[in-house]
Amino acid sequence: MEKAIKKHFPIFVLPTLIAFTIGFIVPFLLGIYLSFCKFTTVTDGKFVGLKNYMKILDDPTFLHAMWYTALFTIVSVLLINVLAFAVAILLTKGIKGTNIFRTVFFMPNLIGGIVLGYVWQLLLNGILAKVERTLTYSSVYGFWGLVILMCWQQVGYMMIIYISGIQNIPGELIEAAKIDGASSRQVLKSVIIPMVMPSITICTFLTLTNGFKLFDQNLALTNGAPSKMSELLALNIYNTFYGRPGYEGVGQAKAVIFFIIVGVIAVIQNKLTRSKEVQQ
Amino acid sequence: MKKKTKHGWLLTVFFSILSVLYLYPILLVFINSFKKKAYISKFPFKIPTDNMFVGLENYIRGIEKTGLISAFGWSLFITIGSVAAIILCCSMCAWYISRVHTKFTSFLYLLCLFAMIVPFQMEMYTLSKVANMLHLGNPWGIIIIYLGFGAGLSVFMFTGFMKSIPLEIEEAAMIDGCTPLQTYFKIVMPITKPTCVTVTILQAMWVWNDYLLPSLVLDTRKYKTIPIAVQYLKGGYGSVDMGAMMGTLVLAIVPIIIFYLACQKYIIEGVVAGAVKG
Repeated sequence: MEKAIKKHFPIFVLPTLIAFTIGFIVPFLLGIYLSFCKFTTVTDGKFVGLKNYMKILDDPTFLHAMWYTALFTIVSVLLINVLAFAVAILLTKGIKGTNIFRTVFFMPNLIGGIVLGYVWQLLLNGILAKVERTLTYSSVYGFWGLVILMCWQQVGYMMIIYISGIQNIPGELIEAAKIDGASSRQVLKSVIIPMVMPSITICTFLTLTNGFKLFDQNLALTNGAPSKMSELLALNIYNTFYGRPGYEGVGQAKAVIFFIIVGVIAVIQNKLTRSKEVQQ
Repeated sequence: MKKKTKHGWLLTVFFSILSVLYLYPILLVFINSFKKKAYISKFPFKIPTDNMFVGLENYIRGIEKTGLISAFGWSLFITIGSVAAIILCCSMCAWYISRVHTKFTSFLYLLCLFAMIVPFQMEMYTLSKVANMLHLGNPWGIIIIYLGFGAGLSVFMFTGFMKSIPLEIEEAAMIDGCTPLQTYFKIVMPITKPTCVTVTILQAMWVWNDYLLPSLVLDTRKYKTIPIAVQYLKGGYGSVDMGAMMGTLVLAIVPIIIFYLACQKYIIEGVVAGAVKG
């Protein structure tokens, strides 16, 4: 059978392979190469060694964006997961209207980041106007505005994953624990949480990478104002590419660093939480 | 086991209030879409009455300024085209990977895994230039790019599922004289349906809402997608026309909500299945 399929390589694999080469492999390799070049378009790259990377060190906005993103990611990952887990626990108790609530909480996920950014800009600016401020008054407002927006958007998604995790726990397990005299807090800590560890792995992974790679919402809500102080890494890289002529190489070098950070986080997080999972 | 819940009604009341609060931001945009533009930023929380009320004026201006109707068409075209291409090509590629065991296929599989963690910023600049050189800056070309960019996750998910299909069924079909293509379309594709649904939902959500990739690759003077049309209102200098913005936002949100309510079951199942495999 293998031989017969192998003959059909051009039909089965080639379309995907060509698109994958154009859409991923070539831009990726070219991107790494160009991060060591000075260039204005991809064909006129002149090799300059590590100069682009050195220039990043002189760019205070990048360092600021790094801290801002790290802080934002930590806060949003914690808040989203805690809230989503709490809602999931409450919505698996079989109360009336569970389905409607689930529908409502999940809905914001389907709306795009740009649209959501402008929706929340209206609401938050309206509230802040009462104290005569706007979202762009200081990066603190932009920060919490973005945290609230992301919680609103993602709690529903993570909740769905947690609910399916909780529903997969065999009922006997919880019953047995209760018969053995466990309080509901002990059931939560010693039965439910270890059993939904796979869901926790997935949700922390998704929220972590979503937080780090966030772009659309940041662009729509504050666009980095005031003076780049509410810029996340992705937007900072975008602005380096398209806002400063002659800095394309530096932008590409920033992108490589960004890629390495995201990659390292993804690998470490996966190792950490996977090791806490229990066999069912 | 029937779960008994103390204070169940209390929780219902609590979640009802929370749900209303949850929907409030969208409701607020809807209310403001009927307000004269000068009043929107000043009194966002007031109900539009008498001199504030403008009827459908904001919607008409929003559609005219952004070309929203054609943006909707292009968004639909690009999303359907890309998802169809991804489902067909990636599932075929995944079948090949899971049935033919060579160094090349395992390398390709690893490459797909790797592609999933690379952030778009890493490729953004070079991809837009490569697309430009190959003249892919139109809705047909961008489908190829989406196929390439979506291949990582899709091939990974399809391969995971296909490894679990017993080989005997396919072998029997081949012995009975099916060519690999017939075997694939008559036997494998139907079995893979649940994964197709999952991949369709995840990729459609991504492509429909994607802003950055089409804004860099497409010739945005000729072709806009919905996120580009919304952002276009903000662009340039001077103040934003808040009236047109509100109308456009409502028009961008309503089709999604209708679609969601119609296909809710599949969407939620797709998300769960996607998360478990990812």
